[in-house]
Amino acid sequence: MPRPGQEELAQRNRVNVGLETVTNQASTDFPGHWPGENHEWDLGYFRENFKVQFHTNAPLDSSFSLIGIDTSIANAFRRILLAEIPTVAIEYVYMKQNTSIIQDEVLAHRLGLIPLTADRKALSWMKWYKKPTDEDPGSGSPSDYNTLMLTLDKKCEWQEGGLDRAARGETDPERLYKNHNIYARDLEWHKFGQQVEIWGDGEGLRAVHPDILIVKMRPGQEISMQLHAIKGIGQDHAKFSPVATASYRLLPTIDILKPIVSADAKKFARCFPKGVIGLEPVTAEDAKKDPELRGKEGEAKAVVKNAMRDTVSRECLRHPEFADKVKLGRVRNHFIFRVESTGQWNSDELFLESVKLLKIKCQKVRRGLDEMMK
Amino acid sequence: MSDANAQEEYQPSKPHKDEFSALLEPFYYGKSMTDPINTAEDKWNLLPAFLKVKGLVKQHIDSYNYFVDVGLRKIIQANRVVRSDFDPKFQLTYTDIRIERPNRQEEEDLENHRSSVTPNECRLRDMTYAAPIVVDIIYTRGNTRVKRTGVKIGRLPIMLKSNKCVLSGKNDRDMAGLEECPLDPGGYFVVRGQEKVILVQEQLNKNRVVVESAKGIMQASVTSSTHERRTKTYVIQKKGLMYLRHNTLSEEVPIVIVLKALGVNSDKEILLMVAGEDSAYQDAFAVNFEICGRENIHTQERALEFIGHRVRLSKKPPGASRLRNYHLEAIECLSSVILPHVPVNGTNFRQKAIYLAFMARRVLMAIQDPKLVDDRDYVGNKRLELAGQMLALLFEDCFKRFNHDFKLSIDKVLKKQLRAQEFDAFSHFSVHKNHITLGVERALATGNWSLKRFKMDRAGVTHVLSRLSYVAALGMMTRITSQFEKTRKVAGPRAIQPSQFGMLCLADTPEGEACGLVKNLALMTHITTEDDEEPIRKLVFDLGAEDICNYTGEEMHGEGVYSIFLNGTPIAVTYGPKRFLNTFRRLRRMGRISEFTSITINHHYNSVHIATDEGRICRPLIVVENGRSKVTARYLKALRKGNMDFDSFLSRGLVEYVDVNEENDSNIACYENEINQYTTHLEIEPFTILGAVAGLIPYPHHNQSPRNTYQCAMGKQAIGAIAYNQFTRIDTLLYLMVYPQKPMVKSRTIELTKYDKLPAGQSATVAVMSYSGYDIEDALILNKASCDRGFGRCQVFKKTVQPLKSYPNGTSDRVNSALLERDNPKHHAIGEDGIVQVGRKLEQGDAFLLKSSPLDTAPGMTNVRWNEKPLTYKLPDCSYVDKVCITENESAGTPLIKLLMRQTRRPELGDKFSSRHGQKGVVGLIVPQEDMPFNDQGINPDIIMNPHGFPSRMTVGKMMELLSGKAGVLDGSLQYGTAFGGSKVEDMADMLLQHGFSYSGKDYLTSGLTGEALAFYVFFGPIYYQKLKHMVQDKMHSRSRGPRAILTRQPTEGRAREGGLRLGEMERDCLIAYGASQLLLERLMLSSDAHEVDICEKCGQMGYHGYCRLCDSDVAVRHLTMPYAAKLLIQELASMNVKVVIGLEDEFPRE
Repeated sequence: MPRPGQEELAQRNRVNVGLETVTNQASTDFPGHWPGENHEWDLGYFRENFKVQFHTNAPLDSSFSLIGIDTSIANAFRRILLAEIPTVAIEYVYMKQNTSIIQDEVLAHRLGLIPLTADRKALSWMKWYKKPTDEDPGSGSPSDYNTLMLTLDKKCEWQEGGLDRAARGETDPERLYKNHNIYARDLEWHKFGQQVEIWGDGEGLRAVHPDILIVKMRPGQEISMQLHAIKGIGQDHAKFSPVATASYRLLPTIDILKPIVSADAKKFARCFPKGVIGLEPVTAEDAKKDPELRGKEGEAKAVVKNAMRDTVSRECLRHPEFADKVKLGRVRNHFIFRVESTGQWNSDELFLESVKLLKIKCQKVRRGLDEMMK
Repeated sequence: MSDANAQEEYQPSKPHKDEFSALLEPFYYGKSMTDPINTAEDKWNLLPAFLKVKGLVKQHIDSYNYFVDVGLRKIIQANRVVRSDFDPKFQLTYTDIRIERPNRQEEEDLENHRSSVTPNECRLRDMTYAAPIVVDIIYTRGNTRVKRTGVKIGRLPIMLKSNKCVLSGKNDRDMAGLEECPLDPGGYFVVRGQEKVILVQEQLNKNRVVVESAKGIMQASVTSSTHERRTKTYVIQKKGLMYLRHNTLSEEVPIVIVLKALGVNSDKEILLMVAGEDSAYQDAFAVNFEICGRENIHTQERALEFIGHRVRLSKKPPGASRLRNYHLEAIECLSSVILPHVPVNGTNFRQKAIYLAFMARRVLMAIQDPKLVDDRDYVGNKRLELAGQMLALLFEDCFKRFNHDFKLSIDKVLKKQLRAQEFDAFSHFSVHKNHITLGVERALATGNWSLKRFKMDRAGVTHVLSRLSYVAALGMMTRITSQFEKTRKVAGPRAIQPSQFGMLCLADTPEGEACGLVKNLALMTHITTEDDEEPIRKLVFDLGAEDICNYTGEEMHGEGVYSIFLNGTPIAVTYGPKRFLNTFRRLRRMGRISEFTSITINHHYNSVHIATDEGRICRPLIVVENGRSKVTARYLKALRKGNMDFDSFLSRGLVEYVDVNEENDSNIACYENEINQYTTHLEIEPFTILGAVAGLIPYPHHNQSPRNTYQCAMGKQAIGAIAYNQFTRIDTLLYLMVYPQKPMVKSRTIELTKYDKLPAGQSATVAVMSYSGYDIEDALILNKASCDRGFGRCQVFKKTVQPLKSYPNGTSDRVNSALLERDNPKHHAIGEDGIVQVGRKLEQGDAFLLKSSPLDTAPGMTNVRWNEKPLTYKLPDCSYVDKVCITENESAGTPLIKLLMRQTRRPELGDKFSSRHGQKGVVGLIVPQEDMPFNDQGINPDIIMNPHGFPSRMTVGKMMELLSGKAGVLDGSLQYGTAFGGSKVEDMADMLLQHGFSYSGKDYLTSGLTGEALAFYVFFGPIYYQKLKHMVQDKMHSRSRGPRAILTRQPTEGRAREGGLRLGEMERDCLIAYGASQLLLERLMLSSDAHEVDICEKCGQMGYHGYCRLCDSDVAVRHLTMPYAAKLLIQELASMNVKVVIGLEDEFPRE
């Protein structure tokens, strides 16, 4: 059985980035595609080749590479991150009073989109809230284990002497009114029932970003409402999505086929973001190896320094002088993930959570298959 | 103590800013004061300066102000005196007329009262925003003359932002206090709570000769228009002979005889006056003299008698002798009926004769050279009639009727010779003031201008101001309607005229029947108001021209002699037309005469035309002298600093107004580098050839032209913010967008019209690719997460008005809170007062007002029964109550309950969206975010658009918008897509590159479904998308069974009546062709209006209960089913004495 060489494997693993098309974008390492080769999935092989590298890891923004994994799996993580990891967000708003200029529905919509956060453990204790159905409108009553209650009661008033200042032409609301800007920090959480023990005395439910402006008011206007936050998933509404975005890109590759030197090299470097292409002097050794470089010793030569920083703008392909000297591509099984959490989870936790969810899903399918086979 | 100190030291933090303060700020629309000035690029700064002075709808306001300040006085002048038929001593003279400040009707009689009425109050209370008209009069009472000042004779609706309006001269802050939007253009009226616009009316110009060829007959015609009369006079050429035609003449009168009657006695003089010394013209005209010989008319006397015989008498004066004085009648007719606008001094008809001779000459010339026939569609031959002129016509009519009514009522008293007490006519004076108030108000409310005097009967003069979006309102203010019939299929009036360049918008016209007939003004267009002729006449003579009356025909038409026409009437003659013209222009640039006076030379007719009349379309241009633009960097710097404004540019002669005729006579350079020795003017900015609505389109000069026209129609349907006071308004139907955004790619026009402050749309990230097949035929794919986050979210406000009427028997409708049933679920939304509570949700069938009205309303009825059914919410979709307004109507004093219902809608399948390039589409599919493709940064598109939308539409501007928008997003700047300018594609591509994107705007995307890269690059970036008012929720309709029409028993029609879906003629044809007879029968009869009848086989008539009345038997009666409509037809025919016999036979007869 002929085994493909390292070169060949790397080539197969390459998505070709052309001037107008992308080719070879689908993976081929599955059984039956290459005659006489065995591409059955093998745990040992996977273990050996699979690598995770973290590039940055901040709570709200992490970036890491998954290397040696199939596209479908990577995409599944991405999709789960976007749509299936549960978070808590405001779903029901009970308006008692709203005399601000923002209408009830719009205000409720704005409140729903505010990312909330709390102690992870306490949040994971939360159960799903069952929505009342048409058949049984009484079902799904909120309880301590599935609903978190917040209130927002604010009234805008004149500051002391504010009226006087207004009469004299003052227009700056900061110097005239009290409570004229309502921010996410004004949401007040009230624990009830079992929540009192389970949530303890630590920081409770709060907005991730306290400075989100909810509504502006003027004296005489008032809002008063009770808000119910429940657990939900991004599939139902984008407000439950735990990420601002979660996506991946493939590792770019730049292959300089023929040496690019002197003025061209500088121009070539300018076709890429800073730090992708470096300029090195042509050494005597190079000159010896490549007949084209003969006599050009000491001049600048373009070398790939850090392909990962490339944004694949394909600018170099546009210039005819680089037409046959460079080949752009991307490594098909090197996924550079970027997860930007909205704050309820840490970005790295989110990824682990997505793995967990995928596992649960697989188990479900497996159980289903077993069920079928019985 | 410390408090007082604090107060003294206290300084307001920021000075108050005014609307146009941007102009005076150190930053002048993105340019700093210290930036170098480039006259070629920065001359557009004149445009905001122009709009600051003129405003977008200044035409309407100027015209109205002219009417109020000058026009009213002129009308009073023309109708100064009212006399009685019976008492020759009686006389009432008007000395002055004024419009006071607007007030409420009930405040009319209060003295020294300052009304607090605001336009918004009038909107909310269904009132008319009007002000009293007061006059000063002097009249005779007995033997004394009584003077009275400030007598109210009626109320005149006030145009918003005119100088009588409470909003005029108010800054933004005051406007906010009056609950008015500072960006509102004004220029409309509030009549009975509705905002009404008097559209600009396009007409053929008055008092000018138009030469036309109709059915082979060459004719010159003039529509004379004076305050007294409006008539049309023709000079026609028929079978080689020339005649004068006029409605008052029973037949056409040979032109020679008319000229003779006008005092030109010698044949030679007539010949020379008409034909000059040109032998070709002389030969063509000479035949006309034959008639003089034949009719033996050689003197003025004979000619007058000849004409007098042909004068039609309008009304025979009662008691006058049957013997007519033909002579006098002819003189009367010639002096005041034919060409009434040409002045006649006593019996000196010289000017009129010259005028007529010129008309005849024009006909002669047109026969010799058909090119000299006038073009009716030439914009220079058009006049625009504005609100002020329309109101002047209306008011004069009402005022005349008022005087007439007043005269009739005093005559009734004065007729009686013996009176008990001294008669004071004043007591009869104010009685009729309602006539003026109501007459004007009714005309404005209905749009019917019916004036007996001018035989004018126009419908649709006013329209309700469209408040669908800010641009819709703005577009309406610049709209021009034409008097042409819409049904006629003529191309001429609808075509774009080269002469409309810069005056009328090229793109903004509706599609369909009104195409090309309804136009819009361009951005810089100004419409002139009337200027006084007298100073111009004096100036003409001062400049060395000589009175034309002193000239003979020979001299008039001599070589190098140019006649000078003032508003179409020849008044003088000059030998040096060019010099005359230049001096005249110089005087105008110096500001010695009105800047709107226009002067042109017409070399075809050897004439110089000066125009001062109203309704001419004109626009400002930069003056070029000696090959150099007069606007230099120095002046622009002064403008930027605020030391100069547009008027000072005008008064220094750097910029001047040029009307269409003068524009046609000028050599205008578009850009400064195009100026050569012949150039007379320089454009201020090329993009001003478009109007306010077309100005919203980015890069319109790269689009296929009809696309711009489509966008002009669609921009008016876009949902957005309509005004800063939008939440204080209660409109019948109001669409608002929840989160409108200003466009990323804006234009200068957008800034000038302040569209960026009241936008109608959102910047959507668009991927131009195909997805799923639900995007064919322009359908769009929407991202569900985007919709969740508020994209395309809009609100619909609907109004319900309930007046509580009073009835003759003293009863009135009432809100009966006693009817409230607490445990009735239908009453859940109602409050203690019986009215629905604000914020409550209303679903179909819920009660919102516990109104009860009396069933017996006849006078004298007591013991009234009441209809106590509460009003219920009818719509299938639920609403929330937004506002409840309880107020009182002004005139009737009936309480008025206005309820505003609100719906908030997120985009759904089938909602209509459009970009700014006439590319509309409906939502075909809403896709979850994770299924959407994404780029390297993880950005998903909000909208996926199918690329097939591009090749056939050729909207290159849209692609450029995407490119500029994307570059702007990455750079954090707003880009320009101004017509004939804007950000350059090369620069945009460079910016994209700098931020690591492909220069082409095409990105590498990954499929969200498979996770693999897409095989192609996708054009990806932000495009401004508008949500249009057509939403599925308002149109969705189906029915299985439902209501039927009473008369025909067929299903009702239309969604509002829960109607059926019609199987029409063409559908029927299909079923016939297919042979589906049973299906046809079911659809057309059984499912519609099947009706069982008994028909007597013998007599063919319908019977009942199996019995035929006619035959008095039940033997041959058969039972069958037929459409009820057919049965109805038979009975209706019977009622017209037409007997219909129904013949029956077996469907399957036995052999």
